[in-house]
Amino acid sequence: MSEIDTSQLISKTTGRLTRPVVASRARQNEFARRTFFVFTLLPVFLILTVTVALLVRSWPILQAYSLSDLIFGDVWKPTNGQFGFWPFILGTFWVTAVGVILAVPPCLLTSIYLAEYAHSRTRSIAKPVLDLLAAIPPVVYGVWGLLAIVPFVDEVLAPLSDRWLGPISIFSVNQPTGFGILAAGIVLAVMIAPLIISVMYEIFSTVPNDLRHASLAVGATQWQTIRNIVLPQVAPGILAAVVLGASRALGETIAVLMVVGNIPQVPTSIFDSAYPLPALIANNYGEMMSIPLYDAALLSAALVLLVVILIFNILSILVIQRMRSRKWA
Amino acid sequence: MGLMKKKWQRRHIVEAFIKFMMRVSLVIVAGALGLILWIVIVRGLPALSWDMVTKIPEGGYYMGKGGGILNAILGSLYLAAGGTLLAMIFSVPIAMYLKTYLGESKWGHYVRLSLDVLWGIPSIVYGAFGFTLMIALGIRASLLAGIIILALIELPIMTRAMDEVIRRMPVDLEHAALALGSTKFEVALRVVTRQMLPGITTAILLGFGRGIGDAASVLFTAGYTDRIPTSLMRPTASLPLAVFFQLGSPYPEVQQRGYAAALILTIIVLAVSLGSRWLSARLNKYTIK
Amino acid sequence: MDTHIQVKNLNVYYGKQQALKDINIEIPKNQITVIMGPSGCGKTTLLKSLNRFLELTDGTRIEGEVLVDEQNIYAREVDVTEVRKVVGLLAQRPSPLPMSIYDNVVYGMNIHKLKKDRKEYKAAVRHYLEIAGLWDEVHKRMHDPATSLSIGQQQRLCLARGLAVEPEIILGDEPTSALDPISSQNIESRLIELKQQYTTVIVTHTLRQAKRLADYVIYMYLGEVIEAGPAKEVFSNPQHERTRAYLEGQI
Repeated sequence: MSEIDTSQLISKTTGRLTRPVVASRARQNEFARRTFFVFTLLPVFLILTVTVALLVRSWPILQAYSLSDLIFGDVWKPTNGQFGFWPFILGTFWVTAVGVILAVPPCLLTSIYLAEYAHSRTRSIAKPVLDLLAAIPPVVYGVWGLLAIVPFVDEVLAPLSDRWLGPISIFSVNQPTGFGILAAGIVLAVMIAPLIISVMYEIFSTVPNDLRHASLAVGATQWQTIRNIVLPQVAPGILAAVVLGASRALGETIAVLMVVGNIPQVPTSIFDSAYPLPALIANNYGEMMSIPLYDAALLSAALVLLVVILIFNILSILVIQRMRSRKWA
Repeated sequence: MGLMKKKWQRRHIVEAFIKFMMRVSLVIVAGALGLILWIVIVRGLPALSWDMVTKIPEGGYYMGKGGGILNAILGSLYLAAGGTLLAMIFSVPIAMYLKTYLGESKWGHYVRLSLDVLWGIPSIVYGAFGFTLMIALGIRASLLAGIIILALIELPIMTRAMDEVIRRMPVDLEHAALALGSTKFEVALRVVTRQMLPGITTAILLGFGRGIGDAASVLFTAGYTDRIPTSLMRPTASLPLAVFFQLGSPYPEVQQRGYAAALILTIIVLAVSLGSRWLSARLNKYTIK
Repeated sequence: MDTHIQVKNLNVYYGKQQALKDINIEIPKNQITVIMGPSGCGKTTLLKSLNRFLELTDGTRIEGEVLVDEQNIYAREVDVTEVRKVVGLLAQRPSPLPMSIYDNVVYGMNIHKLKKDRKEYKAAVRHYLEIAGLWDEVHKRMHDPATSLSIGQQQRLCLARGLAVEPEIILGDEPTSALDPISSQNIESRLIELKQQYTTVIVTHTLRQAKRLADYVIYMYLGEVIEAGPAKEVFSNPQHERTRAYLEGQI
């Protein structure tokens, strides 16, 4: 610790002159400092513990099968001892990708609008709306998905896509139920929107107004200013916000589980059902102790999720922190 | 002169188009909130009854017979309150230490980074971790296990919420207290605590709101039961799971009750969220900015 | 006197607070007009009403007219970006855009598509950097970032960037206040050279700078114009007591 603790200094230099009260106060201070310090180690310790605990519990299956068999195997029959995660990994990827692709354009536009165009009154209304959206529990998003999005996909989007985009394989409708990747993607897009918007908004506000004014002063329109000056400056932060949103989407369980269909297959179209990893874990935790290696398999799925999300999170948070503390010339 | 009259060049059309698209986006985002609330209210309200919130499931409840979900409501309140309380015990010291000893130093940077990373870990992973923990310690799904896992989930949220509030506290005040001969710990205890009050309130409500809505973690750790928990070691029901399980039922009456449970959960969460906004606005009046 | 800008009954409010009270002035063409007065008297507000920069702040209300060549720039059919093309601004602090020196000068020309090809842009960049007195110092490092220049050089670069969009009017918001004495002097002599071709309006809080630069003077106090007239007359024989007090250094 580089800082000088004045109270310590006094008690050391004045030695005997120190009155007992002062000494006890200094001791109290030192004790508190140490205790508090231990507390701050807790977050780091927690991350490590969670990782190690999951690694230990999934060790048996990592021993029994090669990593490539687990990742690229596409047969999932735990009772036969077959644990191929490929359909689930692809399901996770598809659902997340669709969610992020749907979320990013409106989130980017909304955050630009709030940061660059909106009147302060609009801003003060938008903030609580985003907070409320962020506060709604996942299971309620799931209910909404079930009651509104699944029928909407089934009755509106699927027929439309079948009619106009049918020949393109990723838009073809093979299982017309409404449950599937698209429904999950839509629900996820709305769930991650508040996070993406608020991070992007914050990133935009780090750009000093002087730069905007310099561009406006030569007669640029606002959009020209944003495109030429603001966006190039914040591009890494925008990307980080998207990655952060993606990592949120990767781990979302209940809401996705309720609308995605949960069929372990390799999806080929956004209207197909899928079975993402979090849904797999949540749906099968009840039986996992009764089949050999099943628990290790499910916990290794959790480990994979954790590792991917940790990497995504650390990278994006580092970029965002850097943008926040950037010094402007 | 006419020199400065609008000439509708390409760039003006682009500007108008982009601005229009931005407004559309804002309406979509705000509209999503409206739509969610609308659906939950319209489908949940008809099934909502006094019995729902005052009774526990009676025999044949899951086939459409009488009873309510008081078990889940109380269970969720216990879980979230317990989790928040436990998280408080750890998050207050961390937030204080961040403020008084670490400040904007490098180590403070790492602690904040680790908290943000923890925040991003999904609840299903916490649930799975809780499961490994329970096996290791030999405890079964119970209120206690649920509380511990919720506390872990809420810890980073609450600490960062407090941190963000007290970070904005003026350094002058702290220095004034130090100049008067207080030790740092005394500063933390007296000055910072008073200044932290709005931060702590916001943190509690934020953590509680997150805890009560979390489903994936309590699925592993708290179990589900039709009784109201009487002991920390017993399993407990929770609202999110009540919604989830009832929606999975083939009986329309039970599904209806699932919608009603979702409405109850939404009301609680929104009340907490609005309450925290109102409270922090009020409390901020009494602190020096 | 050949009037270039005419301000008629201008009132500006920030929220409930009135920043400018019933301003009526005429600014002569191809001369340097200096707006002076104690700080907080609305000098900068008046200046920024001339290129419609006031509306960038939330909650600003503007009443009245500002006529540039008899065209009210606040009229509904007027395009604000065209206004700012005609009325350039040199800011208080130099604000180089985060790009190369060359791109800074090209930026505004590109926005308005003023030139046809690279060759024309290159020639124009040289021309305007020469006018700003910066060419000799930077022509070997055109593609270095603009922020690598000294503060004084940055301000001259901003001048070149502003001139490159072919304005008729240059506004200066205390353009030398962030600079060292030598750089200030450099900018001042540029402005004097340029006044043959451009109508220049400068805000300053130093009386000596006002005396060095001004052909025409506007003295403001608490949001009102107290006195306006040719510099010689105002400096030698102020009509208003407040102006006299200011010139004698009492305020």
